[in-house]
Amino acid sequence: MATQHSRSAARIMMAPAVILLLGWMLVPLIMTLFFSFKKYLPLRGGDLGWVGFENYVRFVTSSSFWPSVLTTLVIVGGVLLITVILGVLLAILLNQPMWGQGMVRILVIAPFFVMPTVSALVWKNMFMDPVNGLFAHLWKFFGASPVEWLTQVPMTSIIVIVSWQWLPFATLILLTAIQSLDGEQLEASEMDGAPPLARFAFITLPHLGRAITVVVLIQTIFLLSIFAEIFVTTQGAFGTRTLTYLIYQRVLESQNVGLGSAGGVYAIILANIVAIFLMRIVGKNLDA
Amino acid sequence: MGQIQLQQVTKSFGNVEVIPPLDLTIEDGEFTVFVGPSGCGKSTLLRLIAGLEDVTSGHIAIDGTDATTLPPAKRGLAMVFQSYALYPHMSVRKNIAFPMRMAKVSQAEQDKRIDAAAKALNLTDYLDRRPGQLSGGQRQRVAIGRAIVREPEAFLFDEPLSNLDAALRVGMRMEISELHEKLKTTMIYVTHDQVEAMTMADKIVVLQAGVIEQVGSPLELYRSPQNKFVAGFIGSPKMNFVEGAEAAKYGAHSVGFRPEHISVSTTEGTWQGTVGVAEHLGSDTYLHIHGVPGCDPMTVRASGEFTVRHGDTVFLTPDMNHIHKFDADGLRVS
Repeated sequence: MATQHSRSAARIMMAPAVILLLGWMLVPLIMTLFFSFKKYLPLRGGDLGWVGFENYVRFVTSSSFWPSVLTTLVIVGGVLLITVILGVLLAILLNQPMWGQGMVRILVIAPFFVMPTVSALVWKNMFMDPVNGLFAHLWKFFGASPVEWLTQVPMTSIIVIVSWQWLPFATLILLTAIQSLDGEQLEASEMDGAPPLARFAFITLPHLGRAITVVVLIQTIFLLSIFAEIFVTTQGAFGTRTLTYLIYQRVLESQNVGLGSAGGVYAIILANIVAIFLMRIVGKNLDA
Repeated sequence: MGQIQLQQVTKSFGNVEVIPPLDLTIEDGEFTVFVGPSGCGKSTLLRLIAGLEDVTSGHIAIDGTDATTLPPAKRGLAMVFQSYALYPHMSVRKNIAFPMRMAKVSQAEQDKRIDAAAKALNLTDYLDRRPGQLSGGQRQRVAIGRAIVREPEAFLFDEPLSNLDAALRVGMRMEISELHEKLKTTMIYVTHDQVEAMTMADKIVVLQAGVIEQVGSPLELYRSPQNKFVAGFIGSPKMNFVEGAEAAKYGAHSVGFRPEHISVSTTEGTWQGTVGVAEHLGSDTYLHIHGVPGCDPMTVRASGEFTVRHGDTVFLTPDMNHIHKFDADGLRVS
């Protein structure tokens, strides 16, 4: 009796949040679907009626579609690779007892609090500027000619900027995971004759498996839609146009809402494909 | 061979000296138990022998060769931890194989040793399971299996049974004792439970605050404890100490009688007292007697049939053949 009663009470109390979330998700989704079947050019005549799948066909046959998908995947993959590898190493480092540990941990987490736009601006103007940037000065100090980061190696630059932002997140999750590792397991493996690298490979890394999965999944969700870093730095030029950025250009620069909406639907499909692959690869770590 | 020798070994954590200079020799094939209350340094001592902690000064020799600075893996010792420390993501087979894999033992030899260990420890049906799917006793056996396959010079056990329930503990106690009989390897076993120490050991080392109070066979410690600490620690229930004027009658600062060396009667005896709590175990009854001069309460063992009730008056007579006398410093006087 009590359980049934409390269950229905729980449902009623959860309802507002669920309805709000559902509306929050459904309204934009339905609007996107609605516009994707229309020829809608706000500055050139507005709503010009239904066009069926024309927008979808145009978007996917455009010469910039597949490169943008590839760019998106390269950025997501690159950032994941860098943040997970460096995150594991940093987590191990921060887990060592040292002087000023609390302070260092806060400093490491700090980049996560900087807004994407701000951090991209800081990187662009203070580090990567070929005339005044710190990197330019460094290069000159060693007698090399400064690299024009955002034009010569634009993808690398963006991956570096985004990785810098997401590294604290990965480190934080992995650090908490590493702290829960049973010290006796490490000691047991030490007694079993495992050298430090083997201890890392056979004990620490498998222990971190679940945390790495969480990092990969959460970061992928956010990285598929990165925008500010590209907007502030290259504006989608030099092969840095991701799918998100392409959609932005279609909607706002070409003022073609219908075409952009069709792109939005493709982005949803791409995200789902990536999600399915990820769950296949790393999802089993979340079981048990 | 597995003789372990400690010479003037000390250990300090910062300014805190956990183990003052200590000498101890553990002979080859001996089952040695380190016993003492919590925080007495027995686990630290074991970790020093294992090499998981560095000695602050002194020397550790294994088989006559100096091992003071050798890393744990090179000492040829295997350890069973209190938490079992199994690798959760590996199957039982892989857990047991791990030390051999690290030592680059051939696959055929690995399989042979795993099968032998699994058979000896009743783990054959569980080899493909994960540790998480096993019960506490089974995990304990896997941990022992992982130690056995290394064919070490000596086994180190760090309170291995303290996470098991009472019935399992008794069973595992027997299994470890049998294992020792079979392997004849040196074993060092740390516990705070004096029953485990008494039932398993060839030699017991009683520790208090990092100092060895007494070393001897279980019965030696039971019959002639060298001081009051050992006397009180070994034996269950605890020895009764009679102090003050009553003890002076026996020519000592305090005298001790074990509960099983005091006879109870409802009619006559040396001391008179009233029954407090009576613990009926069936085979025996432990009575807590109040009002005995110099010792309150005094615990005595009576037969299971002895029925007295709370508040009854009883008379106690100590067995003078089993009197333990101690001087003012708590040392034994004969």
